[in-house]
Amino acid sequence: MPLSTSSNFARPDDAFRAIVEAHRGLTEEQSADFDAALVLILANHIGDIEVLREAIGLARRRMIDGQQQQQQQQ
Amino acid sequence: MAGANTHQAKTQFGYRRHPDQDRAGPRPAEHPVVIVGAGPVGLSLAIDLAQRGQRVVLLDDADRIGEGSRAICFSKRSLEYWDRLGVGDRMVDKGVVWSVGRIFHGECQLYQFNLLPEDGHKRPAFINLQQYYAEAYLVDRINELPGIDLRWRNKVTALEQRNDSALLTIETPEGAYRLTAQYVIACDGARSSLRQMVGAEFAGQVFEDQFLIADVKMTAEFPTERWFWFDPPFHAGRSALLHRQPDDVWRIDLQLNRYADPVVEKKPENVRPRIARMLGHDKFEFEWISLYKFQCRRMDRFIHGRVIFAGDSAHQVSPFGARGANSGLEDAENLSWKLDRVLRGTSPASLLESYHVERSMAADENIRESTRSTDFMAPNSHQEARLRKAVLSLAKETEFGKRMVNGGRLSVPCSYDTPLSSPDADAWAGGPRPGCSMLDAPVADQAYLTDAFRKGGMDFALLSFSNGVAIDAPDGVRDIRIGGAGGLADPLGLVAKRYDAEPGTTYLLRPDGYVAARFRHPTRESVAAALSRAQGFN
Repeated sequence: MPLSTSSNFARPDDAFRAIVEAHRGLTEEQSADFDAALVLILANHIGDIEVLREAIGLARRRMIDGQQQQQQQQ
Repeated sequence: MAGANTHQAKTQFGYRRHPDQDRAGPRPAEHPVVIVGAGPVGLSLAIDLAQRGQRVVLLDDADRIGEGSRAICFSKRSLEYWDRLGVGDRMVDKGVVWSVGRIFHGECQLYQFNLLPEDGHKRPAFINLQQYYAEAYLVDRINELPGIDLRWRNKVTALEQRNDSALLTIETPEGAYRLTAQYVIACDGARSSLRQMVGAEFAGQVFEDQFLIADVKMTAEFPTERWFWFDPPFHAGRSALLHRQPDDVWRIDLQLNRYADPVVEKKPENVRPRIARMLGHDKFEFEWISLYKFQCRRMDRFIHGRVIFAGDSAHQVSPFGARGANSGLEDAENLSWKLDRVLRGTSPASLLESYHVERSMAADENIRESTRSTDFMAPNSHQEARLRKAVLSLAKETEFGKRMVNGGRLSVPCSYDTPLSSPDADAWAGGPRPGCSMLDAPVADQAYLTDAFRKGGMDFALLSFSNGVAIDAPDGVRDIRIGGAGGLADPLGLVAKRYDAEPGTTYLLRPDGYVAARFRHPTRESVAAALSRAQGFN
């Protein structure tokens, strides 16, 4: 089963909002701790190493693209 | 060190001059096999080869068994091997049997695990036994056997590879001599001098964090379990391990920081308060103190011309997982039957290549597991530490968190993806597939399948489940029959269950107890083809 990148939430704004709100009032450090735990919980829920690897690949690609854009702007 | 003197006295061995040293003329003495290094691996390999009828010269540069407990955890697989070498009972009788481990975080237990949760196995998951006892028992066994020539204070100082042999120069207290060997097996440890002589690299990773080992003698009420702490109250921010050995000796392993000064940290007056904090008292004596860094390295190739590397000389792992000595013993059992066949000319010399293929696969697996444990115990970055913290906190309330906590994954036999295996042609819902280690099960009151495998000799075996028709094993292959007239009983049905057996099911077992092939409906031809492949004929 490949990584699904189509929109899976009926109300995507609710999902985004739920995550944003979970970070409210946290310090940078606490936010990072929170994210680490959330990533592990969701990764386990997916429970498929290939899907996880694809997700990691997508996240890393976005990061690299972002850096390149930044460099071009500078 | 105090307390260690008693065993040292009884394991001191004398140098003796050998006629090889007085040989006249230009041609040195010739031997089929010379093993270098009388540690657990070299000693076991010598016994195995001698039991197969080979003459073996075993050289060691020291004249006594090494100091300190060193390797202490010996696996079920190693015990089954030592059973075949005739020393299993002695090891188990002296050793401390265990299968349960507990992991703590701070003051709380996160979880416990049982490495052998099912009954019906002759041997336990692990015993703890000081390496010096294991070595002493192996030396005793060698003294019972013909064919092994164990030479203490014989240090190999030079090696010359020839087409069909290797020439060794050996230094002794009475000067140097030379001998040639068809095969040299280098079991001379992580700092192998033979590895340097063949010019091979030992590439890998050295971890920065330092660990302190202290073996202490005390009477204590702790259960016989492996206890591992992350961030314990007595050793804040780091990890600790407590493990029982025979003779009221306890192995304590404490993580130090990477800047700790080994000379200062090893001083008993500095170790004592650390241990006292852990135990809550200071009624103990030191047996052994050592400081080490984790290292994970391997040779690229385990075979260099006529020199074959086994054990720590070929691969080194960090100790959390009991993958050092145990994987070295697996090397020995993998190599000995192959070398025996090649020396007899019953298999082509290319069979030895499968030793490199199979055991480097195992080395990679051990290094991978060991590196992951090490990284979990000593995170490399702030973010790694953060992820570990998340796992440890999730472990308190979730099963998946508990399973991610890595306080050492303990040694189990590797499964080989190997040219010696014949792939499955039938449908199987379980049982060991080709390339996996055989499984134990009871075959009568107090007798086990591993006993039946061992008692018939040291060669290939055909394990078959009765269907009323006897299948003839090819020449030189032993029969182990389950059920039927004259077959072994399967009183609990566990043999059939563990081998996913139906009437007629047949497994071809290699001399090292690995499955070479399996059949639902064997024919003479299919068994013969699988045997030929497993013996190195392609």
